Amino acid sequence: MRRRTFLTGLGALGAVGLVGCGSKSEDGYVADPGSLQVYSAQHENLTKAWAEAFTAATGIKVQVRKGSDASMGHQIVAEGSASPADVFLTENSPAMTLVERNKLLAPLDEATRQQVPANLAPSSKAWTSIAARSTVLVYNTAKLDKADLPKSLMDLAGPQWKDRWGCAPGGADFQAIVAGMLAGQGEQKTSDWLDGLKSNARVLQNNIATMKSVNAGEIECGVIYHYYWYRDQAGTKEGSGNTALHYFRNQDPGAFVSLSGGAVLARTKKPTEAHKFLAFITSKAGQQVLVDSQSMEYAVGSGVASAPALPPLNSLQAPPVDPFTLNSDKVNELMIDAGII
Amino acid sequence: MAAAVLVAAVMVLPVLVVSSQALTAGDELSRLLLRPRTAELLGNTMLLVLLTVPITVLLGCGAAWLVERTTLPGAGAWRTLLLAPLAIPAFVSSYAWTSVLPAVQGLWGAVFITALAYYPFVFLPAAALLRALDQGHLDAARSLGSSGLGAVLRVAMPQLRPAITGGALLVALHLLAEFGVLQMMRFPTFTTAILQQFAVGFSNAAGSLLAAVLVVLCVGLLALEVPLRGRARIARMGAGARQRPVAYRLGAWTIPASAALVALVGLALLVPLVLVLRWLVRAMTSGAVVVGPLLSAAGSTVGLAVLAGLAASVAALPAAWLLHRYPSRLATTLERVTYIASALPGVVIGLALVTLAVQWARPAYQTAALAVLAYTVLFMPRAMVAWRSGLAAAPPELLEASRSLGLSGLSTLIRVVLPLVLPSALTGFVLVFLATSTELTATLLLAPTGTETLATAFWSASDELDYVASAPYAAAMIALSAPLTVLLRRQILDQR
Repeated sequence: MRRRTFLTGLGALGAVGLVGCGSKSEDGYVADPGSLQVYSAQHENLTKAWAEAFTAATGIKVQVRKGSDASMGHQIVAEGSASPADVFLTENSPAMTLVERNKLLAPLDEATRQQVPANLAPSSKAWTSIAARSTVLVYNTAKLDKADLPKSLMDLAGPQWKDRWGCAPGGADFQAIVAGMLAGQGEQKTSDWLDGLKSNARVLQNNIATMKSVNAGEIECGVIYHYYWYRDQAGTKEGSGNTALHYFRNQDPGAFVSLSGGAVLARTKKPTEAHKFLAFITSKAGQQVLVDSQSMEYAVGSGVASAPALPPLNSLQAPPVDPFTLNSDKVNELMIDAGII
Repeated sequence: MAAAVLVAAVMVLPVLVVSSQALTAGDELSRLLLRPRTAELLGNTMLLVLLTVPITVLLGCGAAWLVERTTLPGAGAWRTLLLAPLAIPAFVSSYAWTSVLPAVQGLWGAVFITALAYYPFVFLPAAALLRALDQGHLDAARSLGSSGLGAVLRVAMPQLRPAITGGALLVALHLLAEFGVLQMMRFPTFTTAILQQFAVGFSNAAGSLLAAVLVVLCVGLLALEVPLRGRARIARMGAGARQRPVAYRLGAWTIPASAALVALVGLALLVPLVLVLRWLVRAMTSGAVVVGPLLSAAGSTVGLAVLAGLAASVAALPAAWLLHRYPSRLATTLERVTYIASALPGVVIGLALVTLAVQWARPAYQTAALAVLAYTVLFMPRAMVAWRSGLAAAPPELLEASRSLGLSGLSTLIRVVLPLVLPSALTGFVLVFLATSTELTATLLLAPTGTETLATAFWSASDELDYVASAPYAAAMIALSAPLTVLLRRQILDQR
């Protein structure tokens, strides 16, 4: 009797499982050869908004595979010429450069490239930026006086900042910032700064955890990207109510602007549609989708204003860095030597 | 035998891919390995295992003894409640704890969360065996002059050893591969470092190298478990009925004992459940719950988890059977080999399978089948441990009797052994199901494009620390798992 109960239970579970699997194919939950395959590490809401607007405008169906910058980059490299991906979207540029260095990207359409200012794209012209994010210092207004803010990101390595600031060096976001520093300040200064980080900073899980930690007063300030703060401010202000943003400006490494990348894979079976997709998301209409998506990332398309709450991108005085030259291998090496990763 | 070899070969394949990638680190090898950071990671990882495993053994065995061998009231309810933490993914519970008490972090935070989440892996087999223990053995020991405690230590403990060490091994392997909890606790171990290497370093070689160290640690644990497990015979032999165990009279200790269990269950269940419910209510009032995607994510999760549960159970049987009937060094090796991959983080196995599938099995790439294979590789030890404790209770004499009555080996397996071990098999199935339904990194890499599981949806929202948006998925994971832990309860109740 008891055994029969077990068998019935097992049978029922099996049936539920088969139904679960069966329903997937109907909803398109298997790779659909008719759809454009977009591998995206960008925020899910934004990718979805772009895909839907693109389908509405062109009738071309899009299927999104989501992941993080790094594991998707690795995945595309591991897939090599067999990759089912047609388009790759990242949050930061180093993952794109990884794929680029493995010679897996198709040359970008000239017309698409023209839609984005030349200073917001790599000199290699192999991919385009699709959005941008600025480095900022978020600080607790009760704990840190405006007059005592660091003048430069480099200052945070000094002993006077010990145990007072935090960041999330384990993520792709932070790695892009360090790569920018390396490009502008050189190896010695970057390596010294990372040593300072190792002894001074509280290591946090990600940008949001850093912001919340500052908001809760556990640390005085933290290095994050701007849009996490603006999103929280636009919402409940739960994680940022006690904080303000400090922009370093003056071409400081702390004013680094990271570019999200978009590219067409060299071995795509749908080159026309894939190039159309990139052309769309960098067009005025596509960039407006970004602005309307509440993602609070910067629009990069010419002639499109970012969300009104944000200080204009060209007012941030970001250090001039060619994303193509960002050397993530060297950053990795330096971070390993500093004992951070 | 051939089947066991085949399974072991498949299981070890991803490990070989990882090892070969580690070797490509070449001259960087020493620079990556011989540095203070590696020592720090090694220290952290070992400290976590050394602290957490004994705590889970104490909690698991202590609770099992109270529930099964004493006069503690409400044993039935306790059995369910003590198993219930299995239904709450550890990363959900650490997410809840950090939001209510940010001080829960670092080594002690990690030990706290993982011990509360993993003690049922020891409790389950320990309770089952304690309940089935023959009081006659204990009485015999007493009559030969042994004290009460001595009888327990010298007679009961040897019989419990395989179950306890099996459970402890699962906990230890889990700790090696644990990522979500430790990331939230900000406690760096090899696994979090490996994910960072893949995330920041864009270096397969460096990540694989750290993974190779993890494999070495795992092999060490596996070797350690063999002598610890002992060779005690559990199945009873000879004539006579088994004597029901006599309950130990708690008397005045009833209240403190109950309080201890209340505290244990309260810490493990209450905080995560209350917070998830609170977030869920907020999600529902703000209209953030979208039923369609939630249902389809639940559907995909159940589908993958059922397939993985079946696949892992089937794959674990040959080696377990071999080891039970024809124990040998080879059989032990075949069984042990299947454990190694489970100490590796899902992303490592995932990328190795991407490489393998793209090169050798293109049609399987990005199909559910490959994802199920990954889950089988990652979670087979759970099925293996369950099979082994089940088979341990199937007395060889019964099998010999069956053979002598003319049944073939296969018929004996089907007609005599399977009915005896089916409850254990179901336990293994459920444990694999639970693990699969919360797996994240391998799922992201391997599942068919567009597949959203509860874990991947929860991760998207929790990565943004969006408690409200993540709540429905956390609640669904718990709701899906809860009935299964009730099934596990049967494993304890089943009298052998």
